[in-house]
Amino acid sequence: MTVTEDRPSSVLGTRRLRREDPALLTGEAKYTTDLNLPGALHLAVLRSPYAHARILSVDTSAAASSPGVVAVYSGADLADTWGTPMPSAWAVTPDMKNPAHYPLASAKVCYVGDGVACVLATSDVAARDALDLIDVQYEPLPAVVDLEDALSDRVVIHEDLGTNSSYTWDLKIEGHEGQVEEAFANAAYTVRERFIQQRLIPMAMEPRAVAAVPQPFGGGMTLYSATQVPHILKVMVALTLGIPEHQMRVVAPAVGGGFGSKLDVYAEELLCVALARKHGVPVRWVEERAENAVATIHGRGQIQHVELAADADGKLTAVRIRLLADMGGYQQLITAGIPLLGAFLYAGVYDLPHAYDFSCTGVYTTLTPTDAYRGAGRPEATYAIERAMDVLADQMGIDPMDLRKRNFIQKEQFPYTAFTGLVYDSGDHLKAAELAAEMADYEGVRARQKVQNVPGATKLLGIGQASYFEMCGLAPSRVLASLNYSAGGWEAATVRILPTNKVQVVTGTAPHGQGHETAWSMIVADRLGISPDDVDVLHSDTAIAPLGLDTYGSRSLPVGGVAIAMACDKVIDKAKKIAAHQLEANEDDLEFVGGSFTVKGSPDRTMPLAAIAFEAFTAHNLPDGLEPNLEAQVTYDPPNFSWPFGTHICTVEIDTETGQVEVLQYVAVDDCGNQVNPLIVEGQVHGGVVQGMAQALYEEAVYDTEGTLKNGSLAEYLVPAASDVPNITLGHTITPSPTNPLGVKGIGEAGTIGAAPAVMNAVIDALSGLGITDMAMPASPHNVWKAIQGASK
Amino acid sequence: MIPAAFDYVRAGSAAEAISLIGEHGDEAKFLAGGHSLLPLMKLRLAAPSVLVDIGRISDLSYIRDAGDHIAIGALTRHMDVETSAVLKEHAPLLAFAAGHVGDPQVRHRGTIGGSIAHADSASDLPATTLALGATYVAQGPNGTREIAATDFYHGFLESALEPDEMLTEIRIPKMQGAGWSFQKFNRRAQDWAIVGVAAWRRNGDAGVALVNMGSTPILATSVSAALAGGASVSDAAQLAAAEAEPQNDLNASPEYRVHLAKVLVRRALEESSK
Amino acid sequence: MKISVTVNGTVHESDVEPRTLLVHYVREALGLTGTNIGCDTSSCGACSLHVDGEAVKSCTMLAVQADGASITTIEGLAKDGEMHPMQKAFMENHGLQCGYCTPGMVMAATSLLKENPSPTEEEVRIGLEGNLCRCTGYHNIVKSVLAAAAGN
Repeated sequence: MTVTEDRPSSVLGTRRLRREDPALLTGEAKYTTDLNLPGALHLAVLRSPYAHARILSVDTSAAASSPGVVAVYSGADLADTWGTPMPSAWAVTPDMKNPAHYPLASAKVCYVGDGVACVLATSDVAARDALDLIDVQYEPLPAVVDLEDALSDRVVIHEDLGTNSSYTWDLKIEGHEGQVEEAFANAAYTVRERFIQQRLIPMAMEPRAVAAVPQPFGGGMTLYSATQVPHILKVMVALTLGIPEHQMRVVAPAVGGGFGSKLDVYAEELLCVALARKHGVPVRWVEERAENAVATIHGRGQIQHVELAADADGKLTAVRIRLLADMGGYQQLITAGIPLLGAFLYAGVYDLPHAYDFSCTGVYTTLTPTDAYRGAGRPEATYAIERAMDVLADQMGIDPMDLRKRNFIQKEQFPYTAFTGLVYDSGDHLKAAELAAEMADYEGVRARQKVQNVPGATKLLGIGQASYFEMCGLAPSRVLASLNYSAGGWEAATVRILPTNKVQVVTGTAPHGQGHETAWSMIVADRLGISPDDVDVLHSDTAIAPLGLDTYGSRSLPVGGVAIAMACDKVIDKAKKIAAHQLEANEDDLEFVGGSFTVKGSPDRTMPLAAIAFEAFTAHNLPDGLEPNLEAQVTYDPPNFSWPFGTHICTVEIDTETGQVEVLQYVAVDDCGNQVNPLIVEGQVHGGVVQGMAQALYEEAVYDTEGTLKNGSLAEYLVPAASDVPNITLGHTITPSPTNPLGVKGIGEAGTIGAAPAVMNAVIDALSGLGITDMAMPASPHNVWKAIQGASK
Repeated sequence: MIPAAFDYVRAGSAAEAISLIGEHGDEAKFLAGGHSLLPLMKLRLAAPSVLVDIGRISDLSYIRDAGDHIAIGALTRHMDVETSAVLKEHAPLLAFAAGHVGDPQVRHRGTIGGSIAHADSASDLPATTLALGATYVAQGPNGTREIAATDFYHGFLESALEPDEMLTEIRIPKMQGAGWSFQKFNRRAQDWAIVGVAAWRRNGDAGVALVNMGSTPILATSVSAALAGGASVSDAAQLAAAEAEPQNDLNASPEYRVHLAKVLVRRALEESSK
Repeated sequence: MKISVTVNGTVHESDVEPRTLLVHYVREALGLTGTNIGCDTSSCGACSLHVDGEAVKSCTMLAVQADGASITTIEGLAKDGEMHPMQKAFMENHGLQCGYCTPGMVMAATSLLKENPSPTEEEVRIGLEGNLCRCTGYHNIVKSVLAAAAGN
C-alpha cells in the first residue's frame, strides 16, 4: 500500500522546532520591562535594612521635593487602600496562624527587603534616587534566622499570633494506628537522619516587572506582569483592591522564566495597580537583581527528620517524617502548603505498607517569605527518602541499587493504591533503573571505584542514584479541597476553527519558556488532521483567555494539553454532524481520518474539515438545531495527578585535597508517558537537572545572625554557568498514563527532583571510605573539605 | 542600577589625564576599561564626582620587546595580553593568567593597568605580575617614576600611586626557559579566585605569589627561600601562607584558605618543575 | 554630553547624561529592547552586545565610552529577514527556553566563534562562562554553538 498523505502519520512525538524562538532570538519579543508606555510613572520601593524592627517614623518630605518625584507614600499613607491583606490561598489547617501582610509595612518589618515606603517619579532613576531621601526611624528587634530558634518562641515575630508556629499538619493512615511504632519496634534495621534543605533563591533570569495601565474614564485596569499566573493574579488583585473582576485584565507578556517564583501575588503588583488607579496614569516597576534576591520568594528551607524501618531483607516497613518548614516573615500565596505537596511522597517509589507517619510544622522567621520553587515539596521528599535509602544500604552493607530493587513497586502492581489512598497511575521503576544503570555503566564504575578509592587516594570516585516519583499535574479539584487549597485544579481550553480552516486555540496555561505554543499546536494538528502551522495558540491575556489556572506544578500538559485535545474532540463531534448532514450519511458511518470525514467503505463520499468549517461559517445548510461555527470549550478537571518517574545516576570525582567535586557523568532516565515533543521534554530535563545539581553543589542563601542576606547578587549567589556543569545523558522509558486520553505526564520538575539526591548520594559514596555518611548541601569545596577534616579526626 | 551622577572628561594623552585629575582633585577617578570601577559605582560603593576617561589614549596600548623586559602599556586589554605572541614567548605565565580574568566580555574591555591600579588582592594580574618581579611605571605632574611591584601594594585597594599619578606601563622581566604555573581555584569559572597561585621556577630560583590571601597580593618569599635552600617542593609548599593574612568570606574560612594555598602552591611548583 | 554611535549600521547622534549605561542607552534612547538586563553586578551577561565586533557587557560600559564606536545588538544580527546562522543554530538545537538570556548568549557566542572558529565543547563552555541561563542547563546552548561552528 502506498501512503499518499503528505504529512507524517502524526506530528505527535516529533522533534518539531519551536515557533516561539524567532521572536526570542531576534529581540522582537517583548517582556514586561520592554513595553513602551508613554506617560508612565516609575515606582521604586524603599526596603527595610533590618530583618526585624519596629517602624517608629517615616519622613517622606525630602524625597517628595526631589526632582522628578510625583508622590511618596509610607505604609501608613496607603493603609486605607487595601480592602484585604495580601492573599494567601492555602490555609492548610483550620487553626493556621497567618499574620496580616500588606504591600507596605506600617508598624513592623519582618525581613530585610520588606517594603516600608515607595516613590512615584517620572523616571526610574529619579524614583530610585529619591529613595535615599526617605528617613525611616526603626527600633531594631532581634532577628530570628534559625528554624529551631524560631520554634522555641524565644522571640515572637508576630506578637498578635503569640507564637512563631503557624501550623502543624499531620498525615496519619486511618485504621492503621500503631503500625508505625510496631514496625520500628520489630525492625531489623532503622535509619534516623536529619537533613537540611537549604534556602534557595530562584533567580529567574528575568527579574520581576509590573506595569499597571488604567482607563481613568472607562474604569478598566490592565495589569502587565512578569507572572506565571495571570488568571490567579486577576482574581486576587480584584479581591484585594475591590476592583470589579470584569474590569480587571491581566496580561503576562513574554516571561523570562519563573520556577515558581512568579507563581504569586506580590506587593509591587498591588502597589502599581493601586497607584495607577489613584493617579490615573500608568505606573510601572522593574525589579533590580539585588531586590529580586530579597523581595521575590525563596524556595526550600526545611529541616527534615527522617526515620526508616526495614526488615532483615531491607524491605521498608515504616517511614516516619517530622518536618520543620521555614515560611519566612509572612506567608505569600501558597507558602504554607509547599511542604505538604511532598507529604505523600516520603516513601518514594517503594512498596510501603500502611505504616507512614508524617508531620510538618511551619514556622515564621525574619527572612524573605518562602513559596513554590521548582518541584515545591517533592524535591525535598525525594531527597529525604533517597538519601535515607543510601544510608540504609550502607548500614546493611549492600549496594544501594540492590536495596532499591528489593523495594520498588513492581510494574504489575500498577495502578497502585498507595498507603495514602492515592492511586499511582502507571510506572516501571525497575526498567528505568536498569536502563539508567546500563547507560551509566554502573557496574563498571563500581569496579573502577575498587581500584581507585584506595587508602591515601586524592581523587575519589563516587556513584549515586535517585529513583523518584513525582506527583504533578496539579490537580484533581476535590483532592485540593481535601488539602484546604482555596482553588481548583482544572484547566480550560477553547478550540475554534476559523472559516478558512485555520485554528485558534485559547488556553488557560501561561507559558514562560516551556514552549506551549509549539506543543499545543501539535496536539491540535494531530487531533484535527491539519498542519501545526495552521494553528494559533492564544494565552496569557485574561481578555483573550478569560478562564484558566495557569502554569506551575508540571500541570500544563497533563491538564491544559489534555483539555485542548478534548476540545478538539468536541469540535470534531460537531463537525461530524455537519458532515453527516451534507454527505447524507449516518454519523455512525463516518470516520475522521487525515482531516476528512469519509463514509466507511465509500472512499469517494468524503468531506474535508476545511469544507465543513466554511459550511459552519455560512450556516447555509446545517442540520436543524445546530448552531453555526465550529468552536468548543472544555474545562478539564483531571481525575488523578500524573506520576512521572525515573532514575538518575550521577558519577563524581572528588579532589580530597581541595574538596572540589567534579561531576564526571550524569545520566537521567525519565518517564513522562507519551511525549508530545521530545525536543522540549529533553530541554525541560536538562534545565531541571542543572537546577537540582545547583542545589547539591552550588547554591544557598546565606544569612548572618542579624538576618541579612550575605549573597544577594549573581556575583555571590552561585547560579552555575556552562563551564561549571557537565553534559547530561538522557534516556527515556515510555509508560503512558492511563488516566488521560493523551497518556501524558508532566516533565517540568522531574529533573530537579531527581538531581539533588543523585548528586549527593554520589558525593557521599565517594567519601564513604573516609567514614563520611552525610553532609549538608551544597557540597561546596569548603564543606567537603570540612567533612573530610572532621572525618579524619 | 546606575551610578550616582558625575562629570565626565576625556583625556587625549597621559599628560592631559594627569593635569585633569590634578584639576579635579580627590573626588576624581581615572576610567580605563571600567571593569573595576563601574561595578562599584553602580552599587554606589564608589561615587566619584568626576571621571577622567583615559580609555582613548591609544599610545598606552602596546606590548613591546624592550630587551631585558617586555613593556606593556597600561591600557592594554586583558584579551590582548592573553593573545600576545610576544608575551606567550617571554612571559607565558602572564598571558595565561590574563586569559583567566573574569570572562571574555570582561577581557574585551578590562585593562591590565586598570586591574593593577585598582590593587585588588582578589584579582589575578596584581599577584601574577608580583610573582614575575614586575616594575610598574607611574606618571605624575613631575614626570615618571618606577615602582617595584613588591613596593606597590599597600593595603586593601590601596597602592603606592599618588592621587595625581597614573600607571602607564608594566615591565615584565624576560625569563628564558622558566617553568611556570597559574592555579586559580574557584567555584564558578567567571568568579574571582578563592585562592590563586602564580609561580615560576628556573634553575634554583622561584617566584610565587598568592591571589586573595590577604588585603594585598602576597609574595610567598618563604617558599622561594626554602626552595633556594634546597627544600623539596612539598616541604616548601608548607610555607605557602607564611606571609599571608587570609580573610574569612562566604567561600572559605582562613584555615581553608591556608590549606588551599599549600595545596595549590605545591601543584604550581610541580607544574613549574616539569 | 553629545555622542555619535553607529548602532546596527545606523548612525545615532545623541545627548546623554555621562552616567547613562550603554545598555540603558540602547534600550531607552534607541528603543532596542532586545538587549536584556539580568543583574547589577556584571555577572549574568544578558546585556551582552558587540562593540566594534567584540562582545561586551553593556551594563559595564558607559554610553559616553561608546562614542564613535560601532555597535551591534541582537536586533542587528539577522540580515534581510534571515536569521544569523547562530540564531538558526539556537532554534534548531532548542538552545533557548524563556529567551531572556538568549540575546546575550547569542552575542557572546558569535563573538566567541570569531575568535575561535572551531572550538571544542570545553572551549565553548569556557567561552560562555560570562553568561548565565536558568532554563536550559546549557546542554543545548553548547550544542547550538558547536553546530553553528560546524556550519561555518
